[in-house]
Amino acid sequence: QLPTGLYKKVLVILHDSVLPYMNEPTLMMDFLTVAYGIGGAISLLALNGLFILIHQHNLEYPDFYKKLYNLLDPSIYHVKYRARFFHLTDLFLSSSHLPAYLVAAFIKRLARLALTAPPEALLMIIPFICNLFRRHPACRVLVHRPAGPADMSEDPYVMEEEEPSKSRALESSLWEIQSLQNHYHPDVAKAAAVLNHSLSEMEDDISGLLELSAYELFDKEVKKKAADVPLEFEQVRGLFGKKNDIFAEHFSLD
Amino acid sequence: SNPFEVKVNRQKFDILGRKTKNDVGLPGVSRSKAIKKRNQTLLKEYKEREKTNVFKDKRFGEYNTKITPEEKMIRRFALERQQNYGKKNIYNLNEDEELTHYGQSLAEIEKLNDIVDSDSDTEERGTLSAELTAAHFGGGGGLLRKKVSSEQRDEEEEKPKSRKELIEEMIAKSKQEKQERQTRRESALELTEKLDKDWKEIQTLIARKTPKSERKDKEVEKPKPDEYDMIVRELGFEMKAKPSERLKTEEELAKEEQARLQKLEADRLRRMHGIDEEANKKRPSHMSADDLADGFILDKDDRRLLSYKDGKINIENEEEKEEEEGEEDEEEEGEEEDNENEEESQEESASEDEENGAADSHSDLESDLDSEEEAAGNEEEKKNKANENEPQNVEKLDPKREAAKSELPYTFAVPESYETFKSLLAGRTIEQQLIILERIQKCNHPSLAVGNKAKLEKLLGFLLEYIGELATLDLPELRTIDKLVLPLYNLCQMFPEAASDSIKFILRDAAHDLEEVIEVKGRATFPGLDTLIYLKIVSLLFPTSDFWHPVVTPAFMYMSQLLTKCRITTLQDVIKGLFVCCLFLEYISLSRRFVPELINFLLGVLHISLPKNQAQGYTVVHPFTPVGKNLELLLVCDKEDLKSWEKQNVPLSIVTRLKETSRTEINHTRLSCLALCFDLIKKCAALYESLSSFHEIMHPVRMLLTQHVPVNEYPEKLQEWYHSALKELENKVKHYTPLICEKKKPVPLKQYTPKIVKVLEFGKKQAGNKKEQERKQLIQRHKRELKGAIREIRKDNQYLARMQLSETMERDSARKRKVKELLGSLATQEGEWKAMKRKKWKN
Repeated sequence: QLPTGLYKKVLVILHDSVLPYMNEPTLMMDFLTVAYGIGGAISLLALNGLFILIHQHNLEYPDFYKKLYNLLDPSIYHVKYRARFFHLTDLFLSSSHLPAYLVAAFIKRLARLALTAPPEALLMIIPFICNLFRRHPACRVLVHRPAGPADMSEDPYVMEEEEPSKSRALESSLWEIQSLQNHYHPDVAKAAAVLNHSLSEMEDDISGLLELSAYELFDKEVKKKAADVPLEFEQVRGLFGKKNDIFAEHFSLD
Repeated sequence: SNPFEVKVNRQKFDILGRKTKNDVGLPGVSRSKAIKKRNQTLLKEYKEREKTNVFKDKRFGEYNTKITPEEKMIRRFALERQQNYGKKNIYNLNEDEELTHYGQSLAEIEKLNDIVDSDSDTEERGTLSAELTAAHFGGGGGLLRKKVSSEQRDEEEEKPKSRKELIEEMIAKSKQEKQERQTRRESALELTEKLDKDWKEIQTLIARKTPKSERKDKEVEKPKPDEYDMIVRELGFEMKAKPSERLKTEEELAKEEQARLQKLEADRLRRMHGIDEEANKKRPSHMSADDLADGFILDKDDRRLLSYKDGKINIENEEEKEEEEGEEDEEEEGEEEDNENEEESQEESASEDEENGAADSHSDLESDLDSEEEAAGNEEEKKNKANENEPQNVEKLDPKREAAKSELPYTFAVPESYETFKSLLAGRTIEQQLIILERIQKCNHPSLAVGNKAKLEKLLGFLLEYIGELATLDLPELRTIDKLVLPLYNLCQMFPEAASDSIKFILRDAAHDLEEVIEVKGRATFPGLDTLIYLKIVSLLFPTSDFWHPVVTPAFMYMSQLLTKCRITTLQDVIKGLFVCCLFLEYISLSRRFVPELINFLLGVLHISLPKNQAQGYTVVHPFTPVGKNLELLLVCDKEDLKSWEKQNVPLSIVTRLKETSRTEINHTRLSCLALCFDLIKKCAALYESLSSFHEIMHPVRMLLTQHVPVNEYPEKLQEWYHSALKELENKVKHYTPLICEKKKPVPLKQYTPKIVKVLEFGKKQAGNKKEQERKQLIQRHKRELKGAIREIRKDNQYLARMQLSETMERDSARKRKVKELLGSLATQEGEWKAMKRKKWKN
């Protein structure tokens, strides 16, 4: 009923400047559930208010996790409200009473989506997934399946399935993280390599990583001091002079 | 000292080499010392605690450390004089002050000196110079008399002698001496002869085996060894010129080259996997030997044609090439080999380097004289040689270059500012610019003068800036940049740190600009061509396959931002984006690292080539939107244009200005972009084949290619690109093996064999790096000081308490004494009074 821009603005401030001052916050229930059902960024924003209602006002929300699961799509790693969303997701998934299949489905989906994520999001999501493994040891089969079939021709996980229980996530493995071990950013590669070994007991603190920006990462890299700068040993033969130069095939210097 | 006062700390184990500081202590002595010190300081303070009057030291400048003691004394003296002057001396008219030295009046000292001098004079001169003076100063009668006057008896005897007599006497004396000397010599000769005879007799007795005849032979031979020696020495001297190394065969050369490249490649691989980064740091950079070089830049055209993966092929290539060259002129070959020698020697040792270098310059002289007529001076030859070693194109332009030579000066100073640098290069042709740069480099080689390194590092910065400026021109001079990369590479090899710093600076600026734009506008636009060129140059100068590299990693980050943050609104944006994609692919071509942004972007590019409102089986991410206004940027509908398209390379200048106004050309460019996109997808697929989730990564792209791309409408060439890409995507086997964690390494049992650690310095902790060690040391020192301070304070308190106690005791005892006194006096009084009373009673 509201224009999108206004909708977003309202939802952004709802949880800390409106709800605490209402006599009956439960009145917002309908508004929030509708907003949550819209999808996209608005759903992400509605989560925050909804969380307060669930947490403090005994709202019972059917299929909450299923909806949350379906909110996950490639854009979550790119949107502005990434930090807020993952902060809340972390809260929702912190309960140790969640069934393993659900957590495994979340892990698998997050990892799958991470294949399109920028490095700053990857640096956050990998410790996030590690934390999930720590909270739910039953999910560790995803990274450690000694008694499984030796070879599979298909990933058992069904990405398109909307119902987490039917996604067969627990039969799968986290090949996505294994692929990320080859990521170009050294820190991401290192973080992904953590899953090769058994995890330590302590949870990682991801609160500092939520707000990471690409520029911060860049700045950090630029400010690193190097004792020694390795050089290219192949003699230069011009701008596009390398052997098998891709540029020489497609661009000309005119 | 008293053995009962010594306390010995017994050591349980004696450890060799450990210095023991505290094995023996003198507690009594140190305690008494401490008490004494406290008596002087703490006790004083304690006693004066309730006193408010202060002793003031009014001596001038007593506590002023800035004044030297001498000055202080002088000024004090002046003050004193002033004070004295005022009243007392008003009536003191004629009295000079007494001058003093070390508190003694000067006048007295003078008197004393006179006496002492005369005494010493008479004693010394008389004995020392009686004869000598007579001999040397005999000529002057008056002088003689004066000198001799000290000895009384001589004076009496010699006085009557005239000068003639004196001289005669002297002559006689000398004759006598001569005779004596002769006789002495004769006797010595006799003695030696006698000794020789004796020795010969004894010798015959000792060694009969050497009869006289042989000895004679030896004597005859004696002159011979001299000649022989001479010859030997001559030969020795000749040999001192070092033997030049054997000319190497082509195979050997190729082998060495291959070995060198293999080593470099192994290094690169190690860095790529990010293994032993510390070890990497310790390793000196492989080109650092260049800094010691004697003015040569070691470029070899035979080297750069080599690839380092297929050694065998290279050998063949090189053999063929060198055979051809060898037929033409052997001179050059020699030169090349000289180069090779030089290179080796530099790698091996610096000392050899110099000699070889000297030899080299000679060989250069010859070869250059043969090959080129004009050679004016050694330096010039060096340049020529380097010119030959520059890329092939210079040879083609030989006449031009010679013309340029006639104009250009031979020495250049390094320009101090960018403006002078630009004016230096302005209006020159590319070749001239290259020559200028080269000459600057040669004339200011770091080994020639101290400040040259900094100057050339500056030059590097200017060159980079210049390249950037060339790229931002309306008509970007990319050809010039293409050539300028060579001197840039050379400079970079000489100063890796400076190069990395300046490129990092450029990258930081660019990223900063990008960030600012994002903050202000919300979305960024692609940067200019210059930044793209810089990124390309990074890949030329530095190894892009390293796990972490001070320049390349930030460049990666920056490119990732470009692909995710920059908005795509025009065709140029698409081209720039594709350029960045190419860069990414080139960066990772060896390391095969995974770049999600690259796939996303390619997917987006495909997406904008489709007509709107396609059914979706995929999601595009950030810079691209599934719906919006900037769609269909690459969509080509015109059938004519589709037919007439032919694959052509996209000119980079299109990025700065789109000169094609006609629809056809724009459409053609679009199709070229699309072809490029297909090719990139194919290359990506080839690179990422080994990734375990290859199919998941490529799934959206494959979906789009198979289901949405209108293949049949495309021209045939484009269809070929499309099919090859799709084939690369689809013929990969799906292959999944479940993940298994690496097993934890079992924790080894504790063993009793001693852990052997290299001890560099005894008594110091070894672990940790320098910084950590320093920190630990500081912490330890702080702890020690803190403990010491606490102990001191405690002792002070004890001392004070003791003092207070003794004070109160004293006071108490005094009071007791007084009370006793009083009581005593009272008792006596009472006694007296009672006695008196008794007396009265009695009375």
